[in-house]
Amino acid sequence: MFFAFVGGTLGITYWAARQTKTAKHFYAAGGNITGLQNGLAIAGDYMSAASFLGISGLVFLSGYDGLIYSIGFLVGWPIILFLIAEQLRNLGKYTFADVTSYRLSQKPIRTLAAFGGIATVILYLIAQMVGSGKLIQLLFGLPYEAAVVIVGTLMVLYVAFGGMIATTWVQIIKAVLLLSGASFIALAVAWHFNFNFENLFKSAVETHKNGLAIMSPGGLISDPISAISLGIALMFGTAGLPHILMRFFTVTDAKQARRSVFFATGFIGYFYILTFIIGFGAIVMVSANPLYLNEGSIIGGNNMAAIHLSHAVGGDIFLGFISAVAFATILAVVSGLTLAGASAISHDLYANVLKNGDHDEMKEMRVSKIATVVLGIIAIMLGIAFEKQNIAFMVGLAFAIAASANFPILILSMYWKKLTTRGAVIGGSLGLASAVLLVILGPIVWVQILGNPDPVFPYKYPALFSVTTAFAGIWFFSITDKSKRAKLEQEAFDAQYVRAQTGIGAEKSSSH
Amino acid sequence: MSPDVAEKIKQNPKFETLVSKRSAFAWMLTIIMLVIYYTFILLIAFSPQTLGTPIGNNVMTLGIPVGVGIIVIAFSLTGIYVHRANTEFDVLTNAIKKELEG
Repeated sequence: MFFAFVGGTLGITYWAARQTKTAKHFYAAGGNITGLQNGLAIAGDYMSAASFLGISGLVFLSGYDGLIYSIGFLVGWPIILFLIAEQLRNLGKYTFADVTSYRLSQKPIRTLAAFGGIATVILYLIAQMVGSGKLIQLLFGLPYEAAVVIVGTLMVLYVAFGGMIATTWVQIIKAVLLLSGASFIALAVAWHFNFNFENLFKSAVETHKNGLAIMSPGGLISDPISAISLGIALMFGTAGLPHILMRFFTVTDAKQARRSVFFATGFIGYFYILTFIIGFGAIVMVSANPLYLNEGSIIGGNNMAAIHLSHAVGGDIFLGFISAVAFATILAVVSGLTLAGASAISHDLYANVLKNGDHDEMKEMRVSKIATVVLGIIAIMLGIAFEKQNIAFMVGLAFAIAASANFPILILSMYWKKLTTRGAVIGGSLGLASAVLLVILGPIVWVQILGNPDPVFPYKYPALFSVTTAFAGIWFFSITDKSKRAKLEQEAFDAQYVRAQTGIGAEKSSSH
Repeated sequence: MSPDVAEKIKQNPKFETLVSKRSAFAWMLTIIMLVIYYTFILLIAFSPQTLGTPIGNNVMTLGIPVGVGIIVIAFSLTGIYVHRANTEFDVLTNAIKKELEG
């Protein structure tokens, strides 16, 4: 099963490589993806192994709290649809920096966007690599380093040769596999309880050591500031993830961009409801079964709850299927990330900053492929280096940076006429710096990793402060910007606004 | 797009209608989503026992239908927006494009 997936996806990569003739194919799959396909691909990009195994594991561990996370990860999507998706498609070409630098000064804005984008991608990538290494080690018995190298190599192959076309299809296949696998497990759990969820919850409460406490919000989010801050990071972070934003350039027009979010929200929401059922199912069917326990604790840790449950409901064959799905999930997510990172390097930094936008596209594509290989090597090395580290904060930090550095500039560039280059650069940098600084000074890095007794910054999630800093900085340094360039940038807003709203002048999809 | 074309579209009353209607609708839905989500988050922060209230004599608590409900509402709101955009807003956009060509 596992080899069938790898063979099949490499076949797709070969097919995609033959289709990929221009930069437009490489970065945006020629702009020919439909709304439904893109919706599935977005879902495939967003539903990582970390969310499948992590959220079902969190439900398994503490019940209701897992659902709070799921909701946070979902509610950013409607906002993306209402405010960003169509405008993004109408204004951009390959990367979200195309939009933020539309009427502002190219070099500083693209450099900043590339920094924010690459930082987000690398942090997210490390988290995925470490998680995948451990998962593959557990599932297939491979040494950790070998697992990381395999994942890194496959992802480089998909992206370097197949570009966005291969990445999109790997994500679509993975989304379909993951949704059907998770549906089967959830259905089997529901069937086990005669489709009576009260019975499921009752058995879970009887089995779980925390009893009734698993049915209500627990200690995961203790104080209001942390709750609001986490909410901001999850909601606005989603709207600032470069690999997600990039997906909107693959569709034909604004209408398909909008349809993709509709489908994606449906698939992702459905998936989170499934993980909730799976987590509760695992409490009953895994935690009480000696087959999955080793000296009273679950083999492989809480994140393996869904994997063990797949064995409990479907035997060895289904376990094999779900393991292959988990592997596919990892590959699809890391490929999307790598492509976004490589595009930031080649399209933003190389073509538009170094070469002043005056360049030939074939060369830009070659730089992109080199960047893919380099990112792959970095990801493998960091994946191995961070094996024993606590990486849980990295996804959180990636979301915090996306929410504090990428999102404010993106939304203000679309809606706020008075935005100037100076404001965007200073405010965005302040957002980026404060997000990184507050995470380092916070309880996870400062206390748990660096071993200091007390955190300098008391909260785990910095977004409330860093996002506010970014918006305030952008606002202040824009309105006080009286330069000639600022005036021109503000005057250019109207034409940009007309294009954003109507799609007149937007990038066309390429015909074959 | 050249500045005069942009200016011409901006002068078109249909553009004015499109932008004001769509903006009002999009921001209204955004605010609905934000209010629902932050009510939920603040409830968790300040009064976790509310969501932990059992429904009748069941083990199931209020938090479960509320949580699943938010997911369903989020999806429904995207459906409502897409429906109106596909019908009303796209008709206006196409009319503006046609006038520009004709």
